[in-house]
Amino acid sequence: MGDTVLWFILVFDATLRVSTPLVLAAFAGMFAERSGIVDIGLEGKMLGAAFGAATVALVTDSAWLGLLAGIGVSVTLAMIHAFACVTHRGNQVVSGMALNIMVAGLAPALSLAWFGQGGQTPMIEEGGRFRPIHFPFADRLSDVPFVGEVYSELISGHNIIVYVAMGMVPLAGWFIYRTRFGLRLRAVGESPEAVDTAGISVAGMRYRAMIICGILCGVAGTYLAIAMNTLFIRDMSAGMGYLALAALIFGKWKPLPTLLACFLFAFADAVQARLQGVDVPGVGIIPVQAIQALPYVLTVLLLAGFVGKAVPPKASGIPYVKDR
Amino acid sequence: MTGAPQEQGTAHAASKAAAPARAPGHAGAIAPALELRNIDKWFGSVHANDQISLKVEPGTIHGIIGENGAGKSTLMSIVYGYYQADSGEILVGDKPVTIRGPEQAIAQGIGMVHQHFMKVDTFTVLENVVLGAETGMLLAPSLATARAELVRLERDYSLEVDPDAIVGELPVGVQQRVEILKALFRGADTLILDEPTGVLTPQEVADLFRILRALREQGKSIVLITHKLREIMALTDNVTVMRQGAVVANVKTAETTREDLASLMVGRTVLLRVDKTPAQPGETFLGVENLSVRDGNGVARVKGVTLDVRAGEIVGIAGVAGNGQSELLGALAGILPIEDGRVLFKGEEILSRKQTKTARQMRRIGLGHVPEDRHRMGLITSFEASESGILGYHRDTKYNSRILMDRGAVLEETARQMKEYDVRPPIPRLRTSSFSGGNQQKIVLGREMERHPDVLLVGQPTRGVDIGAIEYIHKRLIAERDAGKAILLVSVELDEIMSLADRIIVMFDGEIVGELTQADATEQALGLMMAGERQDGMA
Repeated sequence: MGDTVLWFILVFDATLRVSTPLVLAAFAGMFAERSGIVDIGLEGKMLGAAFGAATVALVTDSAWLGLLAGIGVSVTLAMIHAFACVTHRGNQVVSGMALNIMVAGLAPALSLAWFGQGGQTPMIEEGGRFRPIHFPFADRLSDVPFVGEVYSELISGHNIIVYVAMGMVPLAGWFIYRTRFGLRLRAVGESPEAVDTAGISVAGMRYRAMIICGILCGVAGTYLAIAMNTLFIRDMSAGMGYLALAALIFGKWKPLPTLLACFLFAFADAVQARLQGVDVPGVGIIPVQAIQALPYVLTVLLLAGFVGKAVPPKASGIPYVKDR
Repeated sequence: MTGAPQEQGTAHAASKAAAPARAPGHAGAIAPALELRNIDKWFGSVHANDQISLKVEPGTIHGIIGENGAGKSTLMSIVYGYYQADSGEILVGDKPVTIRGPEQAIAQGIGMVHQHFMKVDTFTVLENVVLGAETGMLLAPSLATARAELVRLERDYSLEVDPDAIVGELPVGVQQRVEILKALFRGADTLILDEPTGVLTPQEVADLFRILRALREQGKSIVLITHKLREIMALTDNVTVMRQGAVVANVKTAETTREDLASLMVGRTVLLRVDKTPAQPGETFLGVENLSVRDGNGVARVKGVTLDVRAGEIVGIAGVAGNGQSELLGALAGILPIEDGRVLFKGEEILSRKQTKTARQMRRIGLGHVPEDRHRMGLITSFEASESGILGYHRDTKYNSRILMDRGAVLEETARQMKEYDVRPPIPRLRTSSFSGGNQQKIVLGREMERHPDVLLVGQPTRGVDIGAIEYIHKRLIAERDAGKAILLVSVELDEIMSLADRIIVMFDGEIVGELTQADATEQALGLMMAGERQDGMA
């Protein structure tokens, strides 16, 4: 009994860790798409940020400078996307895809050139990483059944970015639904012409949304390299940007449902990690590859079958052209 | 929270108090609410606005009338700051102003209600009104202020709207009120309305006119841009007529007539009434028995309609848009499947639940179809005119050699049709989207009437079409009728139905609620039936 509870607590703990970059990226996508820009380049921004953060953290031995670098790389990529999509009204999917491909090639290439370790960075020392924060009395309470276990295993012991990501969710919700900026953001993704005639700059709104998108992706990428792992590895984002996009659609572009969708995908991932090598009664040991595919299979099933009618922001993906 | 509306309220009262103080002087002494002096604008080689001057007197409704492409919308876009004039001056209350964008127009007290509403469908009325006019970083105080202000505006101008309704779910007429409220909330003293009645039902038009008169009573100035003579005559105090980018007349509405204005607009005498002889109906060409049709979403749209159209007559179907006319037309054209009932052509069953036909087969049998929406169904706007001109007939042997299409034959035929149907400019290689609405419509009409089908289905033949082209299209339809063809005409323009159709059938909620001959049809009688009142004797 106690073991089952602990097993679940540990799975939820892993869920929280895995969901952090997903949540950050999905909310980055939410800001972009709510402003009317489809951002398929979440993946590339995360990967670029991971590389930037790892490199700077390695050189400076400072996690915070690494974070700054990660955000810098990601925002730069976001601005390239905005420049192509807003200023030059380019195709948003093409631009996003181009950035993904560019980063996927450039980051390992630079890595190889600078560190000579087959497209990875060397291991980053402790000072260059975000370390788990242990809450007071976590150790002493860990023996108390349930409450203590939840406190010490699930709530305590994560790094700062996990807490920031979870704190960001209600803040983002408040920002989108309760502020002037949020109203204009939602409007510009639905009806840019209404925003334009109200005397607000459509391009200005979209650039600002993309800056926020860049910052959040930057934090997500940094997390991958110097909080969740200890180095940059090629393709370490592993489709998480696309998964975040899927969570955003599954969550119908709304904060709370999107958060829950991220949790669901992360939960599937945490479960698959624990199912590897386990002898399932009557089935035997399931091949690792099949188990690893679980979160992605779930994504396809959910999006194809259970999402219902997902209505994206109406102007999403359409460049704004003043036409009269 | 309550400070702002009171402030606005007193400012409003002050301006009202100020107006009578100036009124005792000579009429000319009152500064115009809006004055344009020698506004000039070129787009490439097109002279869109040629030295336009006009004055909008305060507390009046000023009409600007002209055909599509006369430069009305360009002029108002300059006033609202979308474009900058190449030269000329804009004055508000005798003071020259520079307007470089909508925000500056709003600051000068100019509000605009666009032809296509500038609304966010997923927002509430309140959120739509507030957008761009928020009082601070946080939304709650802005919304509270706006709610109080909406109550005041509702009281002053009888503009009833539920502030918490989702705008996308409101009827079009109410959505338009939201647009007016948006402008008033931003403190507009001069309200510009661009073709405001195009999408409204007759009842909604009446409501709009009532609101505009109320606004005038309260001292607001209104600029009404339209191509409909009836609206100018019914509503305005002064009218400016534009043609080909220039002002051709500035007159008091009371001192002019519909006929005069029409001639000024078109540049020649125009016949507003359709000249035609009484119909000489022959055998029944098109028979519809107990027809029921569902739309793409499975909603029943046509419910047991029975009608017939005989050779040599035009049968008009009147009704507010969305009462099943479109689906009836779609089913008869072979686009929508039939749920129940049957369709006969010269006494022979051609369509039923079991017997379906494609649009191509229907055309081959002898039913031509001019679709209601030329952009969505009638044409491919990115195609050349020659390609749009043969759509649906592109498999005809005369356009094809053994393997390839015969481009020469297509171009030659299109050139001939363009000449025959007065399409301007008559250039077959020009992109369809480069033609004006009227000329696009003539391309469709030419294509469908060229083969002189025994039955012609016509939907909204003159929607968005100039007066000059309307006159021409009506003449051609009458000519087809006189040649012994059966024509079924669907139109939401009452004027058009009443002047063209020999018999008028009114549809409401998918059913026929009444039928009148042309002689018996009055606007009142039709209006009542369009609102759902059944004619005596109709089950």
